[in-house]
Parts: sequence; structure tokens; C-alpha cells
Amino acid sequence: MDWISGILSEIASITFSTAKDVLPIAAIIFGFQFAVIRKKPANLGQISAGFIWVLIGLSLFLLGLEWALFPIGRLMAEQLTNPELIQGAEAGQQLINQIKWQDYYWVYIFAFCIGFSTTIAEPSLIAVAIKANDVSGGAIGVWGLRISVALGVAIGISLGCYRIVVGDPIHWYIILGYVIVVIQTPFAPKLIIPLAYDSGGVTTSTVTVPLVAALGLGLSETVPGRSPLIDGFGLIAFASLFPIMSVLAYAQLSEAKSKLLDKKIRVS
Amino acid sequence: MGKTIQKLLLSMTGSLRDLLPIILVVLFFQLFVLEQSLPNIGRLLTGFVFVILGLTFFIHGLEQGLFPIGESMAHALAKKGSVFWLVTFAFSLGFGTTVAEPALIAVAAEAANVAASGGMIESTEQAKFSYANGLRYTVAFSVGLAIVIGVIRILKGWPIQWIIIGGYLLVVVMTMFAPREIIGIAYDSGGVTTSTITVPLVTALGVGLASSIKGRNPMIDGFGLIAFASLTPIIFVMAYGMLI
Repeated sequence: MDWISGILSEIASITFSTAKDVLPIAAIIFGFQFAVIRKKPANLGQISAGFIWVLIGLSLFLLGLEWALFPIGRLMAEQLTNPELIQGAEAGQQLINQIKWQDYYWVYIFAFCIGFSTTIAEPSLIAVAIKANDVSGGAIGVWGLRISVALGVAIGISLGCYRIVVGDPIHWYIILGYVIVVIQTPFAPKLIIPLAYDSGGVTTSTVTVPLVAALGLGLSETVPGRSPLIDGFGLIAFASLFPIMSVLAYAQLSEAKSKLLDKKIRVS
Repeated sequence: MGKTIQKLLLSMTGSLRDLLPIILVVLFFQLFVLEQSLPNIGRLLTGFVFVILGLTFFIHGLEQGLFPIGESMAHALAKKGSVFWLVTFAFSLGFGTTVAEPALIAVAAEAANVAASGGMIESTEQAKFSYANGLRYTVAFSVGLAIVIGVIRILKGWPIQWIIIGGYLLVVVMTMFAPREIIGIAYDSGGVTTSTITVPLVTALGVGLASSIKGRNPMIDGFGLIAFASLTPIIFVMAYGMLI
């Protein structure tokens, strides 16, 4: 029965640390409610129950990440940059300096898959997508938004891995990305602009960040000639920038599509 | 009670469907690309069960607690008409949710380790601790400020793109003067800040505020707080890097 008490004590400690993270927020909300607004909220019971659900859910979620997703992510990052996978077992170490950036293609494919799948499962993105669907009266599809954000993150992380492998300075990529966003903005429907800008920050939350950060640092340590200090960070920045472009593009496409439909209806 | 269980089951199938792609990607790479078996399979499976249950409870709790209260508070504060209290609330919400953010704590500690091993700071526990803490408080302060700017924008109805584009320009100019080692971390800190807790609460504040002010469209004016919260940390962390 040792393992059961082991699990229980881990759950207890993670709930404690999650409670510490949630506590300042609860304190702010209830402090304002009672000191400034001076009114008892109408459904206090339901709201408190909601807080407890959030606390339990977040604790279990973080524990699950630590037990299942992180170890797998770390393991794969190490194995995918292993020269033996790239060159075949015999060639191994002596060819290590001849590896070109194309030879790391499994890294890019893995980065794409991980970016896409973690974003699709991201709770804050789901929450914001439901909210956006509500507020836009159904014009913005929950799934359409989730898929375009996930595609943006996937492309962003793959490109970020490519940058770490070749060792380019990060700011040229980011500045170019900003320029593209600025050009896209006047052509996108006005309704979607703030939501698109938000989606960059939404994607990269507690689930994605440590996983992606570990991937980048691992890559910069294993690829010859890269230093973690200069090349290791930056993947999260890519993951925040690309969804802005993809959501703006999604909005432009769905607007163009509905205009086309209008025309067809009028013609017939 | 029965209704709650029904709702939970419904959202659990949703969580399962969301998690399936991750499991498939990992299995595919392990079995077909790396051709290795997974170590410690029992612990991994338990972890997946925790992830599914956690997602389910979390979303249920959001719908019950955080969204309604965030919106009703923004309504109440907007109706009260006190800009001072609204701005104070906005700052403490941004600062409080960011300073406790687990992802930020982890990344700041990692950045301190990397900086110490690269010789940027002394390699003592204390130097690392103060570097990581400095980073965290810089980021938390800048998020608080970002939410304040965002709230004032909603009150005044300024268009978001000019502020964002101005921020981008500032980032570009500062990049030229910032030390090379801080640039990657600074760019990353924009995405790190906006956590699982911050995002729904801040979005609820924005949408609630915009729908309670006459002449504001919640779709156009309600969103955008997160965008500011991802932009200001880049600027402030680069400034932090230039100062030390």
C-alpha cells in the first residue's frame, strides 16, 4: 500500500501549491467584493464551489502533466537530437559535424505535432473560444478558432526549432513577423482584430510553456555550436506570434467565403 | 446533483477528445520513429487519467465560478463609475495572477541557471535567486500595467491596433540596444505570463466591462487585454536586462 500513500502525498502537496497560486486571486476578488462593492454576490455558493472545482482540476491537471506529458516530452527531445537516429547507428559520432539543418527533420515534424496537439487541448484556449463564439453571436466557430490557433502555434514552434538549429539571431524573425501582422491588420475584419492579438498570448499557458521551453533548451544543448544562453530561449515567442497571423488569416478567409455565398444567393 | 454529474460526464468526453491527439502523436513517435518502448508505463497512464479528470473539473469550475464573478465585478465596478477603483483592481489582478504563475516561476529559475552558467551573473544560490525574483517581479509589474492600459483603452474606446503597433516599434528599437543574452528571454516572457488562471479572468473582465459601457461592442473592445499583457513584459524585461 506504499504507492497509494505516495500518490496521496503527492496530490496533497500539489494541491497545496496550486492553492497558493489561486489564493492571491481569490483574495483580490473577495477583497474587492466586500471592501469596495460592499454587496454580497448573488450566487456565492455556486461561485465558491466553482473555485473548489478549479482548484481540484488544476491540481490534478498539473500532476498529470508532471507524471505523463513532461517525462515523455523530455525523453523525445533527447532521442530526436541523438546523432544515431539521424545517421544510423554505425555512422554515429564521427559524422556529427557534417549534420545539416535538413537532417533534423524529425525535430521539426515532432515540434509541429506537439505544437498542434497541446494547443488543441489547451483549457484557456477552449474557454476563450467559447467566449468568442458567444459574443460574436456564432459568427466565429469554436473549432475554426481552435484549429487556426493550433496551426499557428505548430508552424511557429517548428520554425523556432529551425532557428535554433541554424543559430540565426531571433530578432530578425520576430521583427519580420511584426511587419506581417501590421500589414494584415488593415485588411482583416475589424471584429476579429483584438481577438487575434489575444490569441497569441492565450496559447502559451501553463501546459505549453514548460514543455516548449524544455524542448528549446534541450535542442540548444545537443545541437553542436549552439549555446543555451543565446539560442535556448525564444520558442515561446514564436508560439505567441504565429497564431496572430493565422487567426487574422482565418477571419479574412471566412469573410471572403460569406461574401461569395451572398453573391451566389443574389444571383440565383 | 444528477444534473451536475451529467454536465461533468459531458465535459469529460470533451476532454477525452481533446487529449486524444497528444496521445496519438506520442505513441506514433515512440513506436514508429524511435522504435522504443515506454519506460514506467503505469505511472504514465495514471498521469493521463489525472490530465483528463483535471481538464474536466477545471472547465466545470470556470463556468461555475470565475467567469460569472469576473463579469459581475467588472459590471459592478463600471456602474460604480470610480475610475480609481477600477484601475486599482485592474493592476492588482494583473500583478497578483502573474507573480504566482507556475510557468513563470519555472522559466525564471531556468533563465537564472542559464545566465549563471554563461557567466552573466555570479554562480551562487543568492545571485540566482535575486536574478530570478527580479525577473518575476519585473514581469508581474508590467502585466499589472498592461491590464491598466487595456482597461483605460476600453473606457476611452481607443482602437487597439495603434497601441499594439506602437508597442511593436518600441520593442524593435529596444532590441538594438539590449544585451544579446536577454533578448530571447524577453521575447519569451510575453507568452509565459498569460496563464491558465489569468486568461479566463482577464478576458471576463474585458468582456464584462465592454458590455456594461454604452457604445462599446464587447467583441471589438472586450478582447485585447491579453495582447497588452503579452507585449509589455517584452519591453520591461529588456529594460531590466539593460539595467543590470
